[in-house]
Amino acid sequence: MTPISRGFRGRRDASADPSRVPPGQYVTGDFPVLSAGPTPHTQLADWSFAIQGEVDEPRTWTWDEFRALPSENLTTDIHCVTKWSKLDTVWTGASVDTLLDGVDTSAEYVTAWSDGGYTTNLPLEDLTGGRAWVAFAYDDEPLDPEHGGPARLLVPHLYFWKSAKWVRGLELKLEDEPGFWETYGYHNYGDPWREQRYWGD
Amino acid sequence: MARAALLGRLTWQLANVVELVEETARVRSIVLDPPAWPGHRAGQHVDVRLTAEDGYQAQRSYSIASAPEDGYLMLTVERLEDGEVSPYLADELRPGDELELRGPVGGYFVWEESLGGPLLLVAGGSGVVPLRAMLCHHRAVESIVPVRLLYSARSLEEVVYRDELMRMAAADQIDIRFTLTREQPEGWQGYGRRIDRELLDEVSWPPGEHPLVYVCGPTGFVEATANALVELGHEPARIRTERFGPTGG
Ligand SMILES: Cc1cc2nc3c(=O)[nH]c(=O)nc-3n(C[C@H](O)[C@H](O)[C@H](O)COP(=O)(O)OP(=O)(O)OC[C@H]3O[C@@H](n4cnc5c(N)ncnc54)[C@H](O)[C@@H]3O)c2cc1C
Repeated sequence: MTPISRGFRGRRDASADPSRVPPGQYVTGDFPVLSAGPTPHTQLADWSFAIQGEVDEPRTWTWDEFRALPSENLTTDIHCVTKWSKLDTVWTGASVDTLLDGVDTSAEYVTAWSDGGYTTNLPLEDLTGGRAWVAFAYDDEPLDPEHGGPARLLVPHLYFWKSAKWVRGLELKLEDEPGFWETYGYHNYGDPWREQRYWGD
Repeated sequence: MARAALLGRLTWQLANVVELVEETARVRSIVLDPPAWPGHRAGQHVDVRLTAEDGYQAQRSYSIASAPEDGYLMLTVERLEDGEVSPYLADELRPGDELELRGPVGGYFVWEESLGGPLLLVAGGSGVVPLRAMLCHHRAVESIVPVRLLYSARSLEEVVYRDELMRMAAADQIDIRFTLTREQPEGWQGYGRRIDRELLDEVSWPPGEHPLVYVCGPTGFVEATANALVELGHEPARIRTERFGPTGG
């Protein structure tokens, strides 16, 4: 039984549809930031994006090549492990399906890696089927470095640390390998609807 | 997962509120006595969960202010006027109440003796909380790692742990500097402006000495400080950050 906190009423956000807010989350209008270190500032001229690892042939795109790929606009809810959720966020990006189009692989896992040394791991199937993007615009504006620009992974159905900021590539793998936060106590998969915040959740 | 099995699940537990300490007009420390505390490392945090009578719940994260060696768990909470959870913790909670929490959480924004130094700690407002745990750990193990704390607060009245920090600064290895951004007392000898590159350059060890840096505070503060440190030539990989909230400080 959950104990009552004497005198706590709480502020319920009447405007937020409860069916869109996972357990333990609250809705915010801000866009808070979670990062382990300083924000990298990569020049677009030095930027590239790679698909590598267990693939028949690695691929890379320069910024211009990447931006020439078909892109999509999407409106989605995001959920950060530090408890905030933000509803109806608006993004533009290339879908991972587009990036992986025609790639032949037996990999089942992916490590997304970023400028600054950040990594995060995901099952490949969570990145395909129209469920993940490499996003370069937020609210129709170029993505701020603070929020992961020039481009970040966007995997809205998992906690937001899986949406690696400053992403530079996807390494396809046969074996799952925990990424940065995942080795520091955060859940390996991170489904907000099952409240998978930490190891063992 | 093998690791999870080894470490066990972070289960919710009810901790008794032993004592409340008014640190400043807006900040209060909560001394807790969790029944099954697995221990923690300086810099980690806990999740706190409040439950209303109708079952409605709210969760927030709070850094652990106490050192691993302390034998109790202390949190320090700043009241945000329009906040949901912090006014409850800072005003409503009384000794003898129980507070539901789980932890410790986080393993990167952590300092322990073995990581060495020299250590640069940079705090904005209540961002001093996990840095206090690091300083107390440093004292408890009688570390000889040199430490500098640069602490930005609006005024002297808003400096959390003021007397304690002054006492700690008496140790040879610990150097504490304040910058008061809004209001300085008569004859104030410390800094009186927001942390900028020049100020960091003055207080920090030269990049060539590879200091290990921990920056904690509001997002804008952390962002500006970490960027300035990188511009000064500090290695990004030696700068660890914790961002408390959405607004700039
Ligand atoms: C890892 C971690 C450790 C933390 N440690 C501490 C700690 O030791 N002590 C502490 O007091 N807080 C700490 N925080 C912040 C804490 O989790 C809450 O966000 C804070 O107490 C506000 O919660 P609330 O419910 O009162 O406000 P909310 O109802 O969540 O927010 C109310 C309003 O205040 C704004 N706001 C939220 N957080 C902040 C902030 N930090 N600064 C300014 N404005 C804000 C919101 O945007 C909103 O407009 C920590 C956060 C994290 C992620």
